[in-house]
Amino acid sequence: MSEMQDYASRLSDPASRKFETFSYLPELSPEAIRAQVQYICDKGWNPAIEHVEPENAFDHYWYMWKLPMFGETDVDRILDEAEACHQANPNHHVRLVGYDNYAQSQGTAMVIYRGPIKA
Amino acid sequence: MAKTYQAGVKEYRETYWMPEYTPKDTDILACFKITPQPGVPREEAAAAVAAESSTGTWTTVWTDLLTDLDYYKGRAYAIEDVPGDDECFYAFIAYPIDLFEEGSVVNVFTSLVGNVFGFKALRALRLEDVRFPIAYVMTCNGPPHGIQVERDKLNKYGRALLGCTIKPKLGLSAKNYGRAVYECLRGGLDLTKDDENVNSQPFMRWRNRFEFVMEAIHKAERETGERKGHYLNVTAPTPEEMYKRAEFAKELGAPIIMHDYLTGGFCANTGLAQWCRDNGILLHIHRAMHAVLDRHPRHGIHFRVLAKALRLSGGDHLHSGTVVGKLEGDREATLGWIDIMRDSFIKEDRTRGIFFDQDWGSMPGIFPVASGGIHVWHMPALVSIFGDDACLQFGGGTLGHPWGNAAGAAANRVALEACVEDRNRNGADGLEKRGGDVLRAAAKNSPELAAAMETWKEIKFEFDTVDKLDVAHK
Repeated sequence: MSEMQDYASRLSDPASRKFETFSYLPELSPEAIRAQVQYICDKGWNPAIEHVEPENAFDHYWYMWKLPMFGETDVDRILDEAEACHQANPNHHVRLVGYDNYAQSQGTAMVIYRGPIKA
Repeated sequence: MAKTYQAGVKEYRETYWMPEYTPKDTDILACFKITPQPGVPREEAAAAVAAESSTGTWTTVWTDLLTDLDYYKGRAYAIEDVPGDDECFYAFIAYPIDLFEEGSVVNVFTSLVGNVFGFKALRALRLEDVRFPIAYVMTCNGPPHGIQVERDKLNKYGRALLGCTIKPKLGLSAKNYGRAVYECLRGGLDLTKDDENVNSQPFMRWRNRFEFVMEAIHKAERETGERKGHYLNVTAPTPEEMYKRAEFAKELGAPIIMHDYLTGGFCANTGLAQWCRDNGILLHIHRAMHAVLDRHPRHGIHFRVLAKALRLSGGDHLHSGTVVGKLEGDREATLGWIDIMRDSFIKEDRTRGIFFDQDWGSMPGIFPVASGGIHVWHMPALVSIFGDDACLQFGGGTLGHPWGNAAGAAANRVALEACVEDRNRNGADGLEKRGGDVLRAAAKNSPELAAAMETWKEIKFEFDTVDKLDVAHK
C-alpha cells in the first residue's frame, strides 16, 4: 500500500478552488473539448459560452459571451466562439454550457479554459 | 327502482367482482398479488380485497341503502396468473377518486393497505402497483423543489451528485462529527448525510450537530469554491419538535434537511415537504423500515408503490438501492422505480414490474439516492445504470480511504468525472466494460484514486436477490 499523503487544499491557496464538473480532472485537451461539444450537440442541447474572473467563480451568474447558440450543431463554429471568448478574456475561466430547454435547466456545464489563479 | 333491505351475508363477488368494468381515467387503480386460503375461489378473494379496501363490511347493513354504494365501491375488474407462482394471482381493482381525500397520501394508504391486509380468507397480500390518476396527482404538493431546482440551487450540472453518510452511525460528538463532514466536503463531495438513526441522542444533541456541521459546510465552500450541503436529519419524536429543528436549520442557512418518511409517517412527511417548499430548503428522504414492508415477494407493499407515495407526499431525494452494492435490489425492478421517481410519464412495462401507465404531469422528479456498500470500482456501473440524475453516496467508500475522508472524497470525485467524461465521448453502452481502463487512466493523475482502487479491488457483493421480479417457471 502506498504511503499516506496529505490532502493539500488551503483557504490561503486560490489554486485549491474548484469549478464543478471536470474540475477534478486535468485540464481538458482540445480533442477532449471537441468531444464534449459533440456530446452537447448530439443531446440536442443549446450550446452557450460564459466567462468570469477566477476569483468570482462561485457566483451563479457569469458573463454571457453573446447569446446561447440556439440550434447550432456545427462543432467547429461552437469551438470558434469559445476560442474567441478566451482570446478576448485570457484571464477568465471560460465555461461551456449545454442548455436543455425541455428540462428547463442546464444539461451540462464545464470549464474549458482555466484562467490563471491569483491570490 | 329502489332496493329493499335484506339482512345477511352476501358473497363479495356478487357486488365487487365486475369483469365487465372499464376503469375510468379518474379511478385510482391497484394491482394486488393475492395468496388465498386453500379453497377460496380467485374471484371471491379479489372481490373481498376490493370490498374490504373500499366500502364493504362483512354483512349487509341497512345504512348501505342511504347511499349509492354502487358508485362508491371498489371494483375488482381483472385477474391474471402470477408468472412463476401458481399459488397466487394478480387482482386489479379500480377505486373511484371520491373515496379519497384530496392531497392525502395518508388517506389513500389507510384505505388501500388497511384492514384488508389482515383478512382471514387470505394467506398473504401484496400491493404490487398503484396508478394515481393525474386528477389526484394534481391535488398533492409533491417534491418541494425537484431535480432541476436542486441542480440550479447547488450549481451541479452534467453529472451525478456525490454524497457520503457520516460514520460511525452513532457515538461521535458534535464537533468530531463536523470534522468528518468538513473533510468529506473539502475533498470534493457535494453533500454529506446524517445517518437515519442520528436524531438527538445524549452523545450528540441536534442543535450542537447543526451548528458544527454548518461551520464545516461554510469552510468547505470557501476552500473549494463549490456549493456544499449536509442533510440535517430533523426526524423527531413529535411534529412540533421536527419543525423546531427545521426552523433552526433554516436560521443557520442550511440548504437541505432530511426526514425518514416511513418511521416518521406520511402525515409528518407531507407537512415537512410543504414547509420545505415554503422555506426554500431541499428535502432528503430516508426509507428506514421499507424492507419490512417491501421485501417479501408475497406480502406487503412493493417499493415502487412506496416510491410513488413519497413522490406525492414530497421529497427531493429518495433512497433507491444501488443494484451493485450491499443492499437488496433486482436490476430491472430498480430501473423501474428509478423511472417512477424521476420521469414525468412512465409506461406500463411488465419486464420492469410496472403494471400501469403513470402520468405525473408537472410534478417535479426526485433524485434517486444510491447508497450502501459502493466504492470507486462500482463507479462505471453506477454512471451507466443511473445516468446523471442521481445522488451516489459512498459511506465506507469515502471514510474508509487509507488517507482519510478528503482523499476518499477526491478519489470518488475523480472517478465520477472520469466516467462521465468517457461516457460523453464514447456513449453509455460499454462503459461498464471500459470502466477499469477509464479508472486506471484517471488514477495516473490522482494518487487518491490510485490508493482507493488498491484498497477496494476485491470487494464484491454477490448474494442472490430475495425479492425478484415474477417470471415464468414453465
